[in-house]
Amino acid sequence: MKVEQISIFIENKSGRLAEVTEALGDMGVNIRALSLADTSDFGILRLIVDKTDLAKATLKERGFTVNKTEVVAVEVPDRPKGLFGILEILDRAQVNVEYMYAFVERCGGNAVIIFRFDNPEEAIKVLTQNKVNVLQGSRIYSM
Amino acid sequence: MIWNDDFETLPREAIESLQLKRLKQTLERVYATVPFYRESFQKAGVTPDAIKSLDDLRRLPFTLKQDMRDNYPYGLFAVPLDQIVRIHASSGTTGKPTVVGYTRRDIDMWAELMARSFVAAGAHRGDVIHNAYGYGLFTGGLGAHYGAEKLGASVIPMSGGNTKKQIMIMQDFGSTILTCTPSYSLYLAEAAADEGINIRDLKLRVGIFGAEPWTEEIRNEIEEKLNIKAIDIYGLSEILGPGVAIECHQAQHGLHIWEDHFIPEIINPDTGEVLPVGETGELVITTITKEGIPMIRYRTRDITRLIPEPCICGRTHVRIARMSGRSDDMLIIRGVNVFPSQIESVLVGIDGIEPHYQLIVDREENLDTLEIQVEVNEKAFSDEIKVLQDLSDRIRREIKDVLGVTSKVRLVEPKSITRSEGKAQRVIDRRKGK
Repeated sequence: MKVEQISIFIENKSGRLAEVTEALGDMGVNIRALSLADTSDFGILRLIVDKTDLAKATLKERGFTVNKTEVVAVEVPDRPKGLFGILEILDRAQVNVEYMYAFVERCGGNAVIIFRFDNPEEAIKVLTQNKVNVLQGSRIYSM
Repeated sequence: MIWNDDFETLPREAIESLQLKRLKQTLERVYATVPFYRESFQKAGVTPDAIKSLDDLRRLPFTLKQDMRDNYPYGLFAVPLDQIVRIHASSGTTGKPTVVGYTRRDIDMWAELMARSFVAAGAHRGDVIHNAYGYGLFTGGLGAHYGAEKLGASVIPMSGGNTKKQIMIMQDFGSTILTCTPSYSLYLAEAAADEGINIRDLKLRVGIFGAEPWTEEIRNEIEEKLNIKAIDIYGLSEILGPGVAIECHQAQHGLHIWEDHFIPEIINPDTGEVLPVGETGELVITTITKEGIPMIRYRTRDITRLIPEPCICGRTHVRIARMSGRSDDMLIIRGVNVFPSQIESVLVGIDGIEPHYQLIVDREENLDTLEIQVEVNEKAFSDEIKVLQDLSDRIRREIKDVLGVTSKVRLVEPKSITRSEGKAQRVIDRRKGK
């Protein structure tokens, strides 16, 4: 039920982001979702791509610091309070959200949100129990 | 094993009487042949015959690097040029280089001291010595080379640079001993890994590292990464070149300085006063056998102390502690004395960062600033910002604890700090001219 995400350490200097996307493009890797967290000195680029292992290897070879983490993709109703409903379930179960970002594509009529939890197993359990649709990795990579 | 049992294990009294005899001879010679020394002795009101004991040495004036520049190029030579068979020069970062000349006997003596040093480090005949010190005006390459030949080992005159080829040769030729700067050894390990070679699997057994100050923590790191014994060697071109002092592989604690050729003193760098044995200060060296360019009380600017206790290896020559820095490397940041080696000790103790760093010192609104750039590796990297911020906070806190100086820590990408193939450039001081 989990989705693989790669994250890349990016120094705050011009051209680094372009280099990442160029490297991935050269290998035919397609980016499915992304989020960039930044501080004054550095940023962390998080990506969900169609070919995770190839992307990781390619970036490592080009000298980037890369690691792989597991995140959870959740289908969220695209209407007011849609996201609130999900967060409320998580809060009640005391599952902490480290960060989250929205997926580009929609799933049917619903939005897709990527969550990074401190305890993903517990999060998946409570979400499923509450009839929230947690998407499979294979589904996300090819969306 | 000891290369020259007769001299390396001389009893203390014998060393001292030999030193006094050789010192007197040297003083008479320089007084007669080098106008600079005659004038400076006269100014200090001493003549060579006034030196009757080793303690009297302190009555003589110091010789400074500036004196070498003032007498550029041959003014301090004590023999005519037709007796000089080799000339070296140190890099002149500020203006003219300092020039040194060697007679044939000097070259032989140097080879002897380097051979002693190799043996002290655990090398022997049959070893393949991969000499990655630069060949040229710098004394490192040729100095180690002649010693390796004297020892009877097989020396590969690699010189610096061309790192990929170094790794290929190390692997194919079965190098067992590596000689280079400590920072270059780590760079080699990293470059080997990039080639898919685990440097730990090569035949390397011992590394002999010098020409820049390094710490005990970096030693551990090198020993672990290269799977070798890392030995500290000391030398400077003004005195001889590499082979002035070396650690023995038995103790790896303090460097035996070859006292039948040099007299070490430790002084207070501010007052010039000689410090009691065991106290830390600036190392001053007098050469007592060199013919080409004898040095009387040369101020090395290196900070160390003498270790007079007997050593387990059996050598009787006094040891100098690992250099804690150079008095001219010392940074004064907001009035606090900071040696780059202190920062290095802190950084090496933290997991997840590479042993490559750079210090950027600047001045903003009349206040000194210190920025420490360190490379993050995969162990420390996380997809969460707070993990990285905790890392830089931790570095900042530990630096503050150790040095009492506030710094800004900047995490940078691996391999983004320039690797040096010779001496590492650790400090960029932008305050000059401000």
